[in-house]
Amino acid sequence: MSTADTRLERGPAAPDRVLAEVTVPGRDQGTRRSRLASALAPPVLVFVGLIALWQLFVVLADPRPDLYPGPGEAVSAFVSAWEAGTITEAVSTSLRRGVLGFLLSVLIAVPIGLVLAETPWLRRAFGPFVTGLQVLPSVAWVPVAIIWFGLTDATVFTVILLGAVPSIINGLVTGIAQVPPQFHQVARVLGAGRRERLQLIVIPAALPNFIGGLKQGWAFAWRSLMAAEIIATGGTLGFGLGALLDQGRQLADMAGVFTAIVLILVVGVLIEIAVFGPLERFVAVRRGLR
Amino acid sequence: MRTAAAPIISATNVDKTFVPGGPRVLDSISFDVEPGEFVCLLGGSGCGKSTLLGLIAGIEQPTGGTLMLPADGAAMMFQDSALMPWLSARRNVELALRLRGVARADRRAIAEELLAMVHLTAAAERRPHELSGGMRQRVALARALAQERSVLLMDEPFAALDAITRDSLHSELERVWTETGRTIVFVTHNVREAMRLGDRILLMAPTPGGVVAEWHIDIDRPRAADDPRVVSTTAEITERLRREMGHEHS
Repeated sequence: MSTADTRLERGPAAPDRVLAEVTVPGRDQGTRRSRLASALAPPVLVFVGLIALWQLFVVLADPRPDLYPGPGEAVSAFVSAWEAGTITEAVSTSLRRGVLGFLLSVLIAVPIGLVLAETPWLRRAFGPFVTGLQVLPSVAWVPVAIIWFGLTDATVFTVILLGAVPSIINGLVTGIAQVPPQFHQVARVLGAGRRERLQLIVIPAALPNFIGGLKQGWAFAWRSLMAAEIIATGGTLGFGLGALLDQGRQLADMAGVFTAIVLILVVGVLIEIAVFGPLERFVAVRRGLR
Repeated sequence: MRTAAAPIISATNVDKTFVPGGPRVLDSISFDVEPGEFVCLLGGSGCGKSTLLGLIAGIEQPTGGTLMLPADGAAMMFQDSALMPWLSARRNVELALRLRGVARADRRAIAEELLAMVHLTAAAERRPHELSGGMRQRVALARALAQERSVLLMDEPFAALDAITRDSLHSELERVWTETGRTIVFVTHNVREAMRLGDRILLMAPTPGGVVAEWHIDIDRPRAADDPRVVSTTAEITERLRREMGHEHS
């Protein structure tokens, strides 16, 4: 027995050490850097290409500069708005509202989603309405909210909630519905009560889908916020990205309009990349899905 | 029939239909299991052996007859390990302990003890996707033992493993069974596996599912596959199984 043991230990030891010293560290660093590069290179290339096309169009077609400003004019409009502090104000106002509205939506949607997921007759009764709310463009709620709350922050938050809550509810309900039946059997065999089954088995099992639902919820919250900000300006409302866009329209300032559009896009996408991307990756890697 | 002790599981004329008025998946099944016994339910696919195990586990209810079960329920192991993919091996075992009501302070030590019993101490902190199929089933066994039930139900737990891994897990299971004195009901479609493990083998046949034959295996353990008594009984059971499945397929 002991001779067999020592032979087993001696055998694989040498190749293991070679692997550890030579292959693993180099490969590890290489993959991290090349993964970042291969993730960033294609979108950066496309971006540069689009700018080049834009410049080419302006040079060749020579359109009216007030309707079709070139990249140069756009950059100078951006720089002057930045120096005036308008951009910082608009981004921080919108971001604060968006994040707050989104967090509020999560707080409201999660309990509702759990109740619907756990109660089949309630799900059958309310499911179509939740989906209907999700399909309805939340810009439709802006007039309603203005009549109810006037030009206040309450209007903005109402529109965000009506846009994001149904989407987060649906993500949670779908996520829980897709938990493999075997996990429910295991919960039963292990003697889990209703709360334990949800807390220890069903919710963790539904987590990847739930994060997908949150991500979609953020997209809905951000879109709803922009719809509200573009339509509802003035009053006690602060100056957000939507208001910046609307201001550009009223001044017929095309460079300003596009500055606002690009900012809305960039902020929305940055939140996805900075918050939801790592969250999704973390959960997937833990489960060996990636 | 041996009736040394009161049976721990007792089925009398148990029927099961899934659709009201539909076909019987199980038809009038009767058998007893004694405490500490290792019973194998042997049969081809579609004979209702997993359904019967589900009834004993309390996952499904019988539609007719009487089924007496131990008051504390039964632990169960599935063909696919059914471990929580987000928890390490140790935390998977601790989950069963937690749901059994073991105090937080004691869980870790007990889980480590159980993982040591299935020779997984070194892999305790790995998650299921970092373990081989055989290791996952060892964790599943440790988790089932953590439930501390007198009855352990096993639904083809080794069917998806390669022959060498399966063989070593047979020895492990036999040792764990001897050490813990559990009653085991083990579902399999593999005659050799049933011969390797069972005190008693119940042969099930399909349409409708029922127990058609029974063998008491009084051969000392560990049983060698080439023991003449093992060889002859294996041949006898295989022949009977083929006949029972044959009138279904020919």
